[in-house]
Amino acid sequence: MTQSQSLSRRQFLKASGAIMVGFAMPAAVAGWDPNAAGAAAAPAAGPNEVDSWLAIAQDGSVTVFTDKVELGMGVSTAFAQIVAEELDVPVRAVLMVLGDTARTPDQGGVGGSTSIAVGSRPIRQAAAEGRRVLLELASARLGVAPDRLVVRNGVVQDADAPSKSVSYGDLIGGRRFDVTLQTSGSSFSLGATGTAQPKSPSEYTIVGTAVPRFDIPPKATAQFTYIVDVRVPGMVHGRVIRPPVPGATLVRVDGAQGLPGLIKVVTKGNFVGVVAENEWQAIQAARSVKVTWSTSTATWPAMDDLYTAMWAMSPTTRRMMGQVGDVDAAFKSASRTVEARYQWPFQAHAMMGPGCAVVDVRDGGATVWSSTQHPHQLQRGIAELLGMPASAVHVIWVEGAGSYGRSGAEDVPGDAALLSQAVGRPVRVQWMRADDTAWDPKGPPVVMVVRAGLDDHGAVVAWDYTARAFSGSGIPASPATAGDMLAGQLAGLSANGVDVPTTFQENYAFPAKRKIGEIVPWAQNTSPLRTANLRAPSQPATTFGGESFVDEMAAAVGVDPVEFRLRYLKDPRDLAVVRGAAQQAGWDTRPSPKSGGSRSGLAVGRGIAYAPRGGTRVATVVEVEVNQTTGEVRVPRVVVAHDCGLIINPDGLRGTIEANVIQSISRSLMEEVRFGPSGVTSVDWVTYPILRAPDVPDSVETVLINHPELPPAGAGEPATVTTAPAIANAIFDATGARLRTVPFTPVRVKAALQLRGQPAS
Amino acid sequence: MSGDPVSRGSGQLGILAAAPASGPMNSFKLTVNGTAHSVTVAPDTLLLYVLRDELQLHGPRFGCGLGQCGACTVLLAGAALRSCSLPVSAVGDQPITTLEGLGTLEHPHPVQQAFIAEQAMQCGYCINGWIMTTTALLATNPHPSDGEIRSAFSGLICRCGAHMRLLRAVKRAAGTGGA
Repeated sequence: MTQSQSLSRRQFLKASGAIMVGFAMPAAVAGWDPNAAGAAAAPAAGPNEVDSWLAIAQDGSVTVFTDKVELGMGVSTAFAQIVAEELDVPVRAVLMVLGDTARTPDQGGVGGSTSIAVGSRPIRQAAAEGRRVLLELASARLGVAPDRLVVRNGVVQDADAPSKSVSYGDLIGGRRFDVTLQTSGSSFSLGATGTAQPKSPSEYTIVGTAVPRFDIPPKATAQFTYIVDVRVPGMVHGRVIRPPVPGATLVRVDGAQGLPGLIKVVTKGNFVGVVAENEWQAIQAARSVKVTWSTSTATWPAMDDLYTAMWAMSPTTRRMMGQVGDVDAAFKSASRTVEARYQWPFQAHAMMGPGCAVVDVRDGGATVWSSTQHPHQLQRGIAELLGMPASAVHVIWVEGAGSYGRSGAEDVPGDAALLSQAVGRPVRVQWMRADDTAWDPKGPPVVMVVRAGLDDHGAVVAWDYTARAFSGSGIPASPATAGDMLAGQLAGLSANGVDVPTTFQENYAFPAKRKIGEIVPWAQNTSPLRTANLRAPSQPATTFGGESFVDEMAAAVGVDPVEFRLRYLKDPRDLAVVRGAAQQAGWDTRPSPKSGGSRSGLAVGRGIAYAPRGGTRVATVVEVEVNQTTGEVRVPRVVVAHDCGLIINPDGLRGTIEANVIQSISRSLMEEVRFGPSGVTSVDWVTYPILRAPDVPDSVETVLINHPELPPAGAGEPATVTTAPAIANAIFDATGARLRTVPFTPVRVKAALQLRGQPAS
Repeated sequence: MSGDPVSRGSGQLGILAAAPASGPMNSFKLTVNGTAHSVTVAPDTLLLYVLRDELQLHGPRFGCGLGQCGACTVLLAGAALRSCSLPVSAVGDQPITTLEGLGTLEHPHPVQQAFIAEQAMQCGYCINGWIMTTTALLATNPHPSDGEIRSAFSGLICRCGAHMRLLRAVKRAAGTGGA
């Protein structure tokens, strides 16, 4: 992609008045102008140049280019704070251009709660480097030594004579820095260092403050452009038609003649789609054509037998995730052992807005508008699908509905690409609800067996943990290969999935412990039960098993669940979140289950769970109400203590934690993808219900533990992982019933209530 | 997973109620956000697609097409309604208000301002439904109780889980006379 091509495209888009390229944020309420994002020219520079990250316009506005796109958690506002801090400019002078393969460096896209933790580093360095250069320029211009200069709101002044000043715009506006950085790594690990020293956190005045998110006012007033709002000249509409039974192959399509507005029925292998002049006609055409499919020989275990089937399979991968001491010998020394099994279901991303993309294939190239989490990787995947070089594909990210990992948002560009290629016009595809809920890649089911050896004094002497799952990367997070898109698979390409065992993170100082991750095989091609990353991939499951079992051990030795954890946690940050959550909650110190509770009616209890995730520590205390007649569980109160190192924006952080809590309560109590021999039967919000307003807690309290001396760590996922075990532990506290399978539906709760007092299975 | 060859309409499971295929185009006059428009579409075209594709509005969005999530909510003569489920031919002369018609970026409606003040969203894809439903709720019940607020939003989905702030925003809007 040459510079002239990208400029002409942008000019074209600007002229069309319909497209926002990137994401503009200054002057959030007054004068918010989508086209302003195009103000600074795309720098044709490598990631080792400051100009590839940063541009300053004549008016002093700062444009930042990054591959770390916004998923609705406020990360782009946080980036603007980081840049404004280093440059000493007003935060609203910063424009963010996000995820454009012609304009932003390849940082591997977004995932794993790393956008701030990893993705902000080169941006901060580039900003610091830019400030250094600007001070040198100002020193020469003003004839004042650099160490006598101060910067206020983008204006460099002589500290002793403030009237001697020059603005950033006057120093460099519209021109390049032409300064290089030293880069390390590439893509997801891309880093940069330079000669400038970024500010010390003790100097921060913008980082660490609750700057309101810039995207919220335009979103609240319908002035925001989501991916679904992208319209380009000549655009027509497509819809896809999937096999009714997994593994069925296409026989023929009839009944297309005379359908209003229909341009073409497109087939390629078992890929079937329709293209029509307008969206309603495309929807009607997809419903009206008669598609004949073959029978299928694919088989699945019955849904009720899934976990049994998983235990019966032979692992293809078995990975030691951590070992301390001689576990087998330690078990022999134990005076008794406890053991339990836990189960976690298929769960769906179920984006609020089904996947949507616009693709324009023409003249040997393609332009792709997508809400992908990985623009540069999608560029390669689409190029392969269309049979053209990656350099001929331009991916422009536009924000979509929250996607939470490897969702259908990464598949739908493939659909639009095949349809556009077939009709020679730009095609917009949005999936229907069932296309998304039924066919988006699923978070994999996980089964766990945990065993502990205890001594005569109630101390843990050995711990043995095995988690077994379908690969979390059956469909890799990155859409870099065409075979990992559903369209590519239906067209005959194969998935490039790899066996990635679950991760399980904890820091308990048990004298002997072993953690094993196993993968059992699962067909990934053209299946609505493909498995992929779903928020905090697999860790909600593994922590559910681990933290539920820690509670079971505490109960076995009659120790308070907080006290038991504090005995075995040594890291001060781990201890601080556990203590912080317990203190805020007013933790009632006593062993679980609560004594003297009635075995009927409403029972209340409290539970805790803790987990590290990457550089973040989180502990969650919940209070539950269990209706022992109906089996219904309500969570009236949640307290989360959260330590993600240096906090960039405390209000953005609280909002993200609260949302993690609500979504994970939903996953814990309600969410399970249902399937039968003819496919996935969870197809909408009735058959895949999630938590709604009447059932959310009365309060979600957050205890933020700030560590300015530490680098910022992730917050997009960690508060998701502790919720399910905290709820299960609270149900146990309230009732004495132990829930070992997610979700905790009334049927499962009633079954567990029946089993009270019986040994773990 | 075996059986006879199957032949079915869309290959999909339960999307949209059965409706006749789009037929001839008709002209319809609509009043949207106080402005009269004339559109030429098939009579069975659902209002959502007219607002989005013919009038280029961004506020109402497709979430499910089944009336289950509320992302497409508009006000029809002041009442909250799912535009994904109403054929344009059924609108008649009732005025339509969309999110665009409440307030502007420079001068947000008090309900919009309440959601901004509470930073009440994650991705915001659902926010249209919450703001439009709040507006309709406060028009008929200016001071709803917590329970009334929760039940008034039982028909809406927020997949990101921003509910704590969404509910605070509704209360703030009620407290500031958002109706």
